[in-house]
Amino acid sequence: MRDNENQTRLPLRTRRPAEQGEAAWGKSGQGITPLKVIYTGLILSGILLIIILISLSLGPAKISVKDVVTWVTGHRSVDQTAWMILFRIRLPRILLAGLVGFTLSLGGVVFQALLRNPLAEPFILGVSSGAAVGAITGIVFGLGFNLGVPLLSFLGALLTILLVMGISSRHGGLESSTLLLTGVIVNAFFTAVIMFFIATTSDSRLHSMLFWLYGDLSQSRYVHLSIGIPPILIVSAIIYFFSRHLNLIVGGEDSALQMGVEVELLKWILFLGVSLMTGMVVSFSGIIGFVGLIVPHLMRMFFGPDHRLLIPASALGGAIFLIAADTLARMILSPSELPVGVITAFLGAPFFIYLLKQRGSQWTQS
Amino acid sequence: MDSELILKGVYFRYDSQWCLEGIDFELKKGEIVGIIGPNGSGKSTLLKIMDGLLRIEKGEILLLNRPLSRYTRSDIARQIAMVPQESTFRFAFSVFEVVLMGRFPHLGLFPFEGKEDQEIARQSMQLTGTLDLAGRSIHELSGGEKQRVLTARALAQKAQIILLDEPTSFLDIRHRVEIFELISTLSRTQALSVIVVSHDISLAAQYCQRMLLLNKGSVYKIGEPAEVITADTISTVYQCPVFVDENPISKTPRVTVLSRRGEGRHLHNPERT
Repeated sequence: MRDNENQTRLPLRTRRPAEQGEAAWGKSGQGITPLKVIYTGLILSGILLIIILISLSLGPAKISVKDVVTWVTGHRSVDQTAWMILFRIRLPRILLAGLVGFTLSLGGVVFQALLRNPLAEPFILGVSSGAAVGAITGIVFGLGFNLGVPLLSFLGALLTILLVMGISSRHGGLESSTLLLTGVIVNAFFTAVIMFFIATTSDSRLHSMLFWLYGDLSQSRYVHLSIGIPPILIVSAIIYFFSRHLNLIVGGEDSALQMGVEVELLKWILFLGVSLMTGMVVSFSGIIGFVGLIVPHLMRMFFGPDHRLLIPASALGGAIFLIAADTLARMILSPSELPVGVITAFLGAPFFIYLLKQRGSQWTQS
Repeated sequence: MDSELILKGVYFRYDSQWCLEGIDFELKKGEIVGIIGPNGSGKSTLLKIMDGLLRIEKGEILLLNRPLSRYTRSDIARQIAMVPQESTFRFAFSVFEVVLMGRFPHLGLFPFEGKEDQEIARQSMQLTGTLDLAGRSIHELSGGEKQRVLTARALAQKAQIILLDEPTSFLDIRHRVEIFELISTLSRTQALSVIVVSHDISLAAQYCQRMLLLNKGSVYKIGEPAEVITADTISTVYQCPVFVDENPISKTPRVTVLSRRGEGRHLHNPERT
């Protein structure tokens, strides 16, 4: 690389012939086009659909992919038990896994850009620990996983976000490093609260708590989907609208400001939007770590750092990744289950390290 | 009518202390003006004020004879571009992608660049000699290359005024010269007006038509390099003994810093020089 540099750094008057420049130009691609985004979206959606079908067919009761397809398309009269298993148990769980993966991964991309930090993930501002305190309080009081626990959990997340953003706001602006520090401190405080609850609980509620803390999709209901999907879609649309702005912010807040990005306003909107949707999915699924960190990096390796392509790719990639991970969580110790967070970290970490070794950290620079 | 940017009696402060006091300045079309001054004298603040990034408390700024405060942020970005000290991209955007980002203020609601934007980016890269780097990641480049890429991005903004905030501070002498050569070529061929903040006084004096010496937030002296850069002004403002003579080749002032212990010490006394 060094030799190469010397060639390209010749003084202006003796610059290399223009044709060579033109050749390099031709190879550089033509940037991100709408068509490229649509193709990528379609391909990833196709993979998502295939993963959903495979996941539907897997489980203690044997149902083949072919059967699943014929039933979903409504071609054959349906066996009642199989129908129950597919549409009352497996499908809501798969769809929720998809929604959670979609949201966490999307949140990760946005936080990594806004905080200009490759280590950022959607829980970094303390949303998850706030949600956990809410959920665990709900479990202690014996509330159900249908609505009671999610509601308290969401309230916990909401209060945490407002607390963290309130503390970090100065002259109406949000300074990234203050925000990060506040998040870390609030996280530490709530973790203490969580440990207190765990230490003082000894019955079956302890098991529920631990499962919640490692991410558990076994409590999925259609009602979670109908509550979660509309606000998450709205926030996703807002995020996509600002994808170009995020590109500029990655290059430095000052430059972004200079070119007309309302940096402070954008930070408020996106931190709040992402935290709200993260709080919502966490309240349904518990804390599923790693998705929001590794999927965005993976997608950046494949599709590059431009957010106009990276955002849809990460959202769909997150859905694919978490459905696959949850299917494994259901299958590995079948008929008993693992918390899905165990799978995401257990498989995710080594895979990520492998990629890091292979590619170097070329795609980021901390 | 030839003035691109006019500052009249501009005052600015972050808190109680004035940061800039009564700045009068006029940027003419196609000229290169160097801003020099010690650390904390308000150079970067002045640059941000000219770019409308900070709100002034007193005075007036006119961009193309219209008050700067009446422009929207994107309007300003189509007239004025800023080249930062260094590239701080966190993720590995390609050089072409970075340059294309300069088109941001020109795009409407549709978030994708068109053929025309790509062509402008290509021309900007050609003018800055970065076309052969197009597909490379911004992280792989040397300091000098990055600086040229950021200049290309500023050109892609199609602004008439380019502000550079210490573009050479992380570069070695060869790349410093290269950046100043580039600025001066662009100013000549593209009729751009350029303001460059620099700590390299002698080098800036070779390329700038005028220099502005800032001291504690006000203009200490402004004019042709030879008027502004004298042993007297520089040693007073920078509080550092210097010797100034004429560069025998470029005939521009040349500053030599005198060591406080060395035999040259007496030279700093203006009466003896």
